[in-house]
Amino acid sequence: MRKLTAVILLMIIAAGTAYVLAEIPFGSTQTKIGDYFNKNGVEETGAVNIVTSVVVNYRGLDTLGEITVLLTAAIGLGMVLDSSGKRKDVVKREPASLIVYTGCRFLFPVIMLTGFYIFIHGHLTPGGGFQGGAIAASGFLLMYLGCSGKRINTRVSTVTEVLGGIIFIGIGLAGLILGHDFLFNFLPKGEPNTLFSSGIIPLIYVAVGFKVGSELAGIIDNLMETGE
Amino acid sequence: MNIINDYIYYFGAFSLIFIGLYIVLVKKNLIKVIIGLSILDTGINLFLITVGYKKGGTAPIFSEPGLQASEMVDPVPQAMVLTAIVIGVAVLALALSLSVRLYKHYGTLNLRKIKELKW
Repeated sequence: MRKLTAVILLMIIAAGTAYVLAEIPFGSTQTKIGDYFNKNGVEETGAVNIVTSVVVNYRGLDTLGEITVLLTAAIGLGMVLDSSGKRKDVVKREPASLIVYTGCRFLFPVIMLTGFYIFIHGHLTPGGGFQGGAIAASGFLLMYLGCSGKRINTRVSTVTEVLGGIIFIGIGLAGLILGHDFLFNFLPKGEPNTLFSSGIIPLIYVAVGFKVGSELAGIIDNLMETGE
Repeated sequence: MNIINDYIYYFGAFSLIFIGLYIVLVKKNLIKVIIGLSILDTGINLFLITVGYKKGGTAPIFSEPGLQASEMVDPVPQAMVLTAIVIGVAVLALALSLSVRLYKHYGTLNLRKIKELKW
């Protein structure tokens, strides 16, 4: 009965979406705003990666909001898992085999380096703070799974997280102090397609990268060390 | 053939969305419901990217000279999906942590049983 109701409901929704989507065949749409960003993005922001200039510059305030959502989720997770009072002692785990342990110790710096590379070059190549941070956090996940017993220093990760947020907001406020809008690109834009270009975009993306990386690492730490 | 060319990507994205919705509506196990939410999330991201695509378009990055702005895909959906993926991971972790607490409290993850039990 329940399955039947669900299927009927889904068919109604499917019919509605099919009716709407029939009007826009695949690959034919182009919003005016997207066109505008593609045509003027390099000139206005100095970043050759238009996606990055949309995320950090044109819609920078929106990104600040998204980071806040991430922070809220991390805080909620910490509260939900810790509300039982004292954190229980870590369960004794089987130590990983020598091959896994060595491989994890070998791979960890490489993964971190890849993550840092991706978020430093966010304005030049595909990637940026969010992706680079997620890759760095996957390095921490490998550390938890492979090098059993090792933990991140939660104090350091908290400080990194807070600093990332403060730098983002600070750069935004600096634009206000200098007499422009919030998150105004007040630094020189430089030559496009070089590392030191496009003003505040790489700075903000590095801050976002550290913030996302430490936040996800904190989430992994909370989930892995719950005990029981 | 034309219909397949024009709509196959929408079809894929919405298949994922409907599979996710079906799991959320029907399944009893909380972990399976969370997996369904994750599939739903993936489908929505895929749909957004699909809407922004332009026939023969390249990635919106001027990495080498000679690239034309008019041949690039729409950057706005990509920018949104980029942040949505990371947030999706965090929300998934939050949902899993809630299910950990529920299991500790009730001793079961069956949603029908949880509904009948008292606090």
